[in-house]
Amino acid sequence: MGIIKAVKLIYEYVSKDEHGDVESVTQAIQGVDLDIQAGQFIAILGHNGSGKSTLAKQMNALLVPTGGTLTVKGMDTSDEKNVWKIRQTAGMVFQNPDNQIIGTIVEEDVGFGPENLGVPTKEIWNRVYDSLGRVGMMEYCNHSPNKLSGGQKQRVAIAGTMAMKPECIVLDEPTAMLDPNGRKEVIATVRELNRQEGVTVILITHYMDEAILADQVYVMDEGKIVLSGTPRTVFSQVEQLKQLRLDVPQVTELAYELKKEGFALPDGILTAEELEKALVACKDQGFRLKNGTGEMETCQ
Amino acid sequence: MIRDITIGQYYPANSIIHRLDPRVKLMGTLVFIITVFMIQDMMEFILATAALGICIWLSKVPLRYMLKGLKVIFIILIFTVLLNILLTPGRELFHFYFIRVTWEGIVLAAKTTMRLIYLIVGSTIMTLTTTPNHLTDGLEKALSPLKKIHFPVHELSMTMSIALRFIPILLEETDKIMKAQQARCADFESGNLIRRVKSLIPVLVPLFISAIRRANDLAMAMEARCYHGGAGRTKMKPLIYERRDKAGYFIIFAYLALWIVLKFVL
Amino acid sequence: MSIKIEHVNYIYSPDNAFRKQALKDVSLEIKDGEFIGLIGHTGSGKSTLIQHLNGLVRATDGKIYYNGENIYQEGYSMTKLRSHVGLVFQYPEHQLFEMTVLKDVCFGPKNLGLDEAVCQERAKKALSIVGIKEKDYEKSPFELSGGQKRRVAIAGVLAMEPEVLILDEPTAGLDPKGRNDILDQIAKLHKEMGITVILVSHSMEDVAKYVDRIIAMNRGSVYMDGTPAEVFERYTELEKIGLAAPQVTYFMHGLQEYFPDISVKATTVEEAKKAICDYFREGADR
Repeated sequence: MGIIKAVKLIYEYVSKDEHGDVESVTQAIQGVDLDIQAGQFIAILGHNGSGKSTLAKQMNALLVPTGGTLTVKGMDTSDEKNVWKIRQTAGMVFQNPDNQIIGTIVEEDVGFGPENLGVPTKEIWNRVYDSLGRVGMMEYCNHSPNKLSGGQKQRVAIAGTMAMKPECIVLDEPTAMLDPNGRKEVIATVRELNRQEGVTVILITHYMDEAILADQVYVMDEGKIVLSGTPRTVFSQVEQLKQLRLDVPQVTELAYELKKEGFALPDGILTAEELEKALVACKDQGFRLKNGTGEMETCQ
Repeated sequence: MIRDITIGQYYPANSIIHRLDPRVKLMGTLVFIITVFMIQDMMEFILATAALGICIWLSKVPLRYMLKGLKVIFIILIFTVLLNILLTPGRELFHFYFIRVTWEGIVLAAKTTMRLIYLIVGSTIMTLTTTPNHLTDGLEKALSPLKKIHFPVHELSMTMSIALRFIPILLEETDKIMKAQQARCADFESGNLIRRVKSLIPVLVPLFISAIRRANDLAMAMEARCYHGGAGRTKMKPLIYERRDKAGYFIIFAYLALWIVLKFVL
Repeated sequence: MSIKIEHVNYIYSPDNAFRKQALKDVSLEIKDGEFIGLIGHTGSGKSTLIQHLNGLVRATDGKIYYNGENIYQEGYSMTKLRSHVGLVFQYPEHQLFEMTVLKDVCFGPKNLGLDEAVCQERAKKALSIVGIKEKDYEKSPFELSGGQKRRVAIAGVLAMEPEVLILDEPTAGLDPKGRNDILDQIAKLHKEMGITVILVSHSMEDVAKYVDRIIAMNRGSVYMDGTPAEVFERYTELEKIGLAAPQVTYFMHGLQEYFPDISVKATTVEEAKKAICDYFREGADR
């Protein structure tokens, strides 16, 4: 039994006019099935408006399904009495670093969750220091969040959820507003938590390079899961990803382009080393590009 | 100028004032403000100044930083001084057409200005040395008897603490929006009052929208972290009086007693 | 016709504890029709620099010339400068405020004192450049999607018909397709209308793909200035200041170990592809 399981999940936004009559119904999620195993690192990809954020909020019971079911560790999110237990089990980190930090000092913010859970004071401090240590923000415990960089703020937010001892963390585009260094910081932190602590990670993003390390990748479009599998199977679908307003890492794209020219390369190359190896193999086999191919129209 | 507001900003330092229980600081500030408003003669003034000076010194906050907060009320200060000088009847020092400056006016202006400055500096010490969370915790605890009459003490203090956290963010945002509109050649500086007020619409509308968006995000982030009101909540930094707090109360009452002696007995 | 920056220094809060030198002796010349990528670590001074170019921030000392005229000389009109040097801030959609898309885009031209008809005409032109359809003109800007809002905001600056367009991370928070759409439109503006473009970006891949010249800033000074190939060739130096080269550049350098005489200058996927194809081509000199 997976830690997060969705069966035919549907979510509709209903917009009403000023008389309370239904004006329009938007199906943000249209029949999604998911089964996420504990301890996995999952990436959910999709363009803006594909429904991926709505799906993330379902996992934290911030939104409840209008059809189908979603369970977190066996608890149905539609059942109101499960709400607090679900939120404690599946912590959430949001996109905007400024808008999710409640405390005016780093340590106070990390303590906010445990305070709400009614954890005894001494235990709160243990958890706060423990979580700050895990995200590498211990030395900033007395700082004001306003003075931190974006990446550091997101790490504080991650510590804030970790202090609630969740089994699963859902990150809703945590790197969308960060610079490349901040992005690296956050992804490394999340990876570390997944590997060292065995926390299940669900990373929602549209940066493809962040998804390479995932155990499983889901691609969403118009509220449905349209592609899923290991990063390798998903990233070998270069054309389809482009149609879904997404992209692939540069090396993957380069491999794809070379393959079109006749290079004998394997599908779904993800890293520079893989492509390097494959090209060396081409050379060893004495591969030669015929004159007249891969020239003017494609190679320039 | 909006960057100069120091009220509501915390100045991190490790001082005895920083470590005091917020309730002690609240009480101290209250007592200080009351006494400042009743100051009449020089001795009382010296006593209040000494008390304020000692607190500033103990707080380890640079005086310059504290005085920065006064810039904001500068206009109010000037206005009070002018009103007091011009409108107080008494012994005339000199006059200039219809403007009459009196000795009493100058004295009153000086007193009022001093009171305002002490008031601001006094409360700034409190906010600079107390984290907003700590401060609202103190308020919450001090006001907790009101819960019996269903006064939303917890909600109020939570709202305050969040407001305090977002003040600097929204100030920065205001600055950014103003610059962005100036990049579209918006002019905030010329024209009459009505035009100037109107020219602020392109700043205020985005600012409100942003504040609402942030409030929404924040509410969601709080819910995600299991916030559900004050019931069943524990405290990371519970307020427990320590010896220094008792000493603090003692000093406050000693100050008050001294002041009463000065005022009513001597 | 150019922007000339001579020995510009800028110091924040010069007389208190928060004193910080944001720009240190910056001298640059930006020629007409260039497409420049401005890169640098967060806090390297690039945002401060671009705000100097349209007079939003005034240099502590040093001089800036726009088309040969000193912008700090008495009587120089900042309004005029700002209409010539359009600046699009980060997340520009957060500055939308009007009731309709069209009115919002008219805000800039209106501030220039143009009459209603001209404003409308310019606004419509700008909107069509960024690909906003006519049926959306009378909509509230807040009804649009994130990507559309951003394009409306960019049109708001374009409607002033600037000669220089500066964009501070115009693609932040957009998905890959939205990002490419905006950058393609900017490239088109540069190509077809000859607008000088300064693109501030954290994405080395984007910079490599679009610009002709890269200026890298570090701690308030210009650290490198050159073509993408020249700048990214020095990737070890870039790494020292918290930057990096595009993934393909690293890849090509790694490839050199096995293919000693391959060209490693590539900074984009197309260039890398060409280099590899050339290497493997029949009859190529091995």
